[in-house]
Amino acid sequence: MPGIITMDDLTNEEIISILDDAEKLLPVARGELYLPLLQGRILGNLFFEPSTRTRMSFETAMKRLGGDVVNLGDVKTSSVVKGETLFDTIQMVDGYTDIIAMRHPRQGAAQYACDSARVPIMNGGDGAGHHPTQTMLDLFTIRSAHGTLEGLNVVLAGDLRYGRTVHSLSHALARFGCNVTFASPEGLRMPEEIVADLRAHGSEVVETTELLNHIDDADVIYMTRIQKERFPDEEEYAKVAGAYKLHARDLDGAKAEMIIMHPLPRVDEIHPSVDTTRHAFYFQQAFNGVVARMSLMCWLLGVTVPEDVNAAGVVL
Amino acid sequence: MRRVTAIKNGTVIDHVPSGKALSVLKMLGIGGSMSNPVSLVMNVPSKKMGGKDIIKVEDRELTQNELDRLALVAPDASVAIIRAYSVAEKLEINLTAEVVNVARCTFSNCITTNHREPLPHRLLVTNRVPLELRCRYCGKTQDIEGLVDNLL
Repeated sequence: MPGIITMDDLTNEEIISILDDAEKLLPVARGELYLPLLQGRILGNLFFEPSTRTRMSFETAMKRLGGDVVNLGDVKTSSVVKGETLFDTIQMVDGYTDIIAMRHPRQGAAQYACDSARVPIMNGGDGAGHHPTQTMLDLFTIRSAHGTLEGLNVVLAGDLRYGRTVHSLSHALARFGCNVTFASPEGLRMPEEIVADLRAHGSEVVETTELLNHIDDADVIYMTRIQKERFPDEEEYAKVAGAYKLHARDLDGAKAEMIIMHPLPRVDEIHPSVDTTRHAFYFQQAFNGVVARMSLMCWLLGVTVPEDVNAAGVVL
Repeated sequence: MRRVTAIKNGTVIDHVPSGKALSVLKMLGIGGSMSNPVSLVMNVPSKKMGGKDIIKVEDRELTQNELDRLALVAPDASVAIIRAYSVAEKLEINLTAEVVNVARCTFSNCITTNHREPLPHRLLVTNRVPLELRCRYCGKTQDIEGLVDNLL
């Protein structure tokens, strides 16, 4: 069954088509229009790891489209603690639902679930692996701000080793011909497989430990949190915690249309002084998670988004 | 110069990359507990490879499944089955695009490290020379030496 496990599961044309549909669905995501395209469909939310935005936006997306949601709930009270395998869990939820959103601490879990399931699996993060549905909302945000995805200068900064959002996003950016700069502490560099893949794709990848020097040329700065929970010990985390802190005063030379993004939650990598600048797009980005996931679920379930959603829906 | 005498019956594995013979023995499960005579030469000059290792296992003919295992450390090795001092069969090690259920992924946080998960272990060959494999599930590049320890 097709699913979205990595960005390799979508062609550039499919990405553009899903983003176009997302654009159409904006009034539905805002609650201005009722359009039950997924009425009668059930989403299974399987979050084996904590999640706020991803889980809630999947749930909101399905409900805005008239569908329903069942949740795994707290892993500590599910059959997982009794030793159930992921394969068995998927067999069960597969029977209850029409589509599954999943987050799991083990890398490769989403592909494993996809190989086990009959319904589409959407990878909501697998360990330090991939997070392609986040990438869809990131691309939606970038395109909304710049009108294009092509040829932009994008700086990805912070924890590039463990930050799965940047793993998926960098693949997509390279495919749209963006110039990608990776700014990270030495120990948190982008995994070599990903850098190799991007270079094999013909991308010129710049790797640096400097962030501030790259601000003025950037069209997008994508900040990430140091993933404390993935460090083997506290001491290793302490060495790199707070490596990058973006402050409003650092943006004086930035292009007017440059946007700052962050998958959230942030710790201290973006100072609150940035929130009131024209560059701050991270809260808009979080909202876009709903509309991007609405569109993605329609696509995976083979439901066509009407050209004129206003005519098809009911104004609320 | 013949460094090891001809064998009457068994298997000769030639063109093993220099220094990999011990890994090959490990992959074949050949250790001190088996009674077959085993000859091994390492780092002998080779026109084709510069240097190579050769293994001769007496009274044992390798199966295709065992050959699949060899593909992980010696994909270009040539294998000859010997019967009555003559080469009875020449076997190819065909490194397929995917190595299935031969070894477990070497990445410690891969979903497949749970031994109870039932799906096959699948390693994709992403480069043949030098050999590079990635786990189908987690996508991690495999530590080839580590795979020898993770044989199924």
